[in-house]
Amino acid sequence: MSTAVAIPHQPIEEWKLPSRGIVGMACLIIAESAIFIIFVVAYLFYIGKSLTGPTPREVLEIPWFATVCLLSSSITVHFAVQSLRSAKVNLCAAWLAATVLLGGIFIAATAMEWYDLIYHYGLTVRTNLFGTTFYSLVGLHASHVIVGLLMLGLTLIFALMGKVNQHHAERLEVISIYWHFVDAVWVVVFTVVYIVGR
Amino acid sequence: MATQTQVTVNPALERGWLYHVQDWVTTVDHKKIGLMYIAYALIFLVIAGVEAILMRIQLLVPNNNFVSPEVFNRLFTMHGTTMVFFVGMPILFGFGNYLVPLMIGARDMAFPRLNAFSFWVSAFGGLLLYFSYFAGSGLYGAGTAPDVGWFAYAPLTARVFSPGHSTDYWTLSILISGIGNIGTALNIVATTLCMRCPGMKLSRMPLLVWLYLVVSGLVFVTISPLTAAQIMLLIDRYLGGHFFDTQAGGSAVLWMHFFWIFGHPEVYILVLPAFAFANEIIPVFSRKAVFGYPAMVAASIGIGFISLSVWAHHMFTVGMGPGPNAFFTFSTMVISVPTGIKIFNWLATLWGGNIHFTTAMKFAIGFLFQFLVAGLTGIMLSVSPFDWQLAGSYFLVAHFHYVLVGAILFMIFSAFYYWYPKITGRMLSEKLGSWHFWLFLIGFHLTFDFMHIPGILGMPRRIYTYEADRGWAIWNMIVSSGAFFQAVATLIFVWNLVASYFKGEKAGPDPWDAWTLEWSTSSPPPSYNFATIPTVESRRPLWDRKHPEEPDAHYE
Repeated sequence: MSTAVAIPHQPIEEWKLPSRGIVGMACLIIAESAIFIIFVVAYLFYIGKSLTGPTPREVLEIPWFATVCLLSSSITVHFAVQSLRSAKVNLCAAWLAATVLLGGIFIAATAMEWYDLIYHYGLTVRTNLFGTTFYSLVGLHASHVIVGLLMLGLTLIFALMGKVNQHHAERLEVISIYWHFVDAVWVVVFTVVYIVGR
Repeated sequence: MATQTQVTVNPALERGWLYHVQDWVTTVDHKKIGLMYIAYALIFLVIAGVEAILMRIQLLVPNNNFVSPEVFNRLFTMHGTTMVFFVGMPILFGFGNYLVPLMIGARDMAFPRLNAFSFWVSAFGGLLLYFSYFAGSGLYGAGTAPDVGWFAYAPLTARVFSPGHSTDYWTLSILISGIGNIGTALNIVATTLCMRCPGMKLSRMPLLVWLYLVVSGLVFVTISPLTAAQIMLLIDRYLGGHFFDTQAGGSAVLWMHFFWIFGHPEVYILVLPAFAFANEIIPVFSRKAVFGYPAMVAASIGIGFISLSVWAHHMFTVGMGPGPNAFFTFSTMVISVPTGIKIFNWLATLWGGNIHFTTAMKFAIGFLFQFLVAGLTGIMLSVSPFDWQLAGSYFLVAHFHYVLVGAILFMIFSAFYYWYPKITGRMLSEKLGSWHFWLFLIGFHLTFDFMHIPGILGMPRRIYTYEADRGWAIWNMIVSSGAFFQAVATLIFVWNLVASYFKGEKAGPDPWDAWTLEWSTSSPPPSYNFATIPTVESRRPLWDRKHPEEPDAHYE
């Protein structure tokens, strides 16, 4: 180090930079949004272009209950972060459990919808353009919900084991930002698939 | 201090080569990861360069049958794919990885383990692409390496037209390396925003760091659409989907849109780091601060945004109609405005400067002129009626190679001559550097100046041979002979890299009398970069240190 040019080390006014966890998650969300935009554009472009049935109007039911569950899980995860910030670990675990439950209901509803579509209406990825675009867009979103559920579920397990404390609030916040993103994407997917496309 | 400077035997020296292999494979140090990116890119540069030479041998004379048409198709597909995804991206991310933390006074990237993951996943993508030569024919015996062209238009990629697995290797390798690219871009943004040393405001960041910030932002919104399109292609090929299946109402043009929404900003992802190197190298060898720092930052961000709205100029011949043609002609011309601002600022930096013609500076000056010419043929091609005549011809091939080789590769060479002393502690030989520069310059102009002419005469790209009576023969002969000059020059460069590592003159921490933070630490930098985290008060912290009587901070 003796060969290095020294830089003067002077005290400087308060130096505060953003949290890298939150910046990193924001970047991931931008990248993921771009992926979803392409799938949404493909869905919109192919509405009504299928050469054969079934059509969305014939087979799709609007999933009101699942949607309400998923959107309210955004509120519960927010309260989970709030309670961890004020060091109420048990309360946080309760809110996390509620979030995982609501997200689980959403995934179960999607699974039941797909079962119905495949076995009763014979709609698969191969059937027509609607099948191809529907399963890929809704499936892409559902896979993001599953990833979120895994992260929240792990946090819940850690919380129940007593390994989570107030210092982890920022990390939980990063997960919660992801979860809010997944919910926001659902608003777009819901509008495109079940309102515009039907 | 006295106890610390006592001679201690480096434990690494006492152990065998296995220790070093393990050290490099498991490292999370941004400098080592950066060097692995660069080494990996250089290996692929040589491979893709050999592919180019093979193609030029095939086109050297009319009616040649040096390689078969099938092999030729594989060669241009692999050459393009390799150069863009496994040379361009990794070498630029390699320099970014190495330089960004050093330049902002940080000890590592924001997420070191993600950084290692991103590198290895990208490297695996490159290996997967070349593994297709051994395994691509699969159970079908239907061809080895991918042969669908680097933009793989539908329906050529459909199962019917691409049986076997060659196209799957192409898709998967790009998908996987894309994940790595997004990880690294995320890391660069988080590092730049969250790891700057005290006093390093955004308005004081070196322009290189600014440009890497813009590039990383572009990666999120361009590599992701490509990833989405590759997922769709996989759904088509493996699950029987119909995204790009025209028989079932799907659209082949949609693939073109999705590909070029990635493809054009990708050009800027590759060229902005070249601008970044020029922003650091030109001022140092002009002995002047860069001219118009705020304008340079604004122009970079402007290029980033405008580059997202020009993609369909690759599709003028598809028949999009007058509205889209007019829009994309206009937006393509608009992007030359911020680019022009940059060129004028570099010229203004040179103006009145005390110019030092080192090898790095020679390459940078070559870059300036060649990038201008590439931009001028770009403006010609942006006019859609002109493009209708020359799209898909060798004129187009000459245009984009002028950007990729004449601008980007020249700046990459320049960056090697400039930062090699920092990375290794040794200077590259200026004598060999001079040979490298002049031979490469001659070879470049022989190849790519004359490549425009057969294009104007009507020679289409991607043909594997041509008839003698077309009048293209002499031009192809000149183009191919230039390729050999470039190959020899590149070999001299590689020799210089190797020989100087052992015998080069000792560099010391700051051989160029430069002004950014990476030159304040020893060469090569210690694994922790800075013993004490530096504090900066201007855009040129080392200038302030060396000239305390007249610090930059007084003038900014």
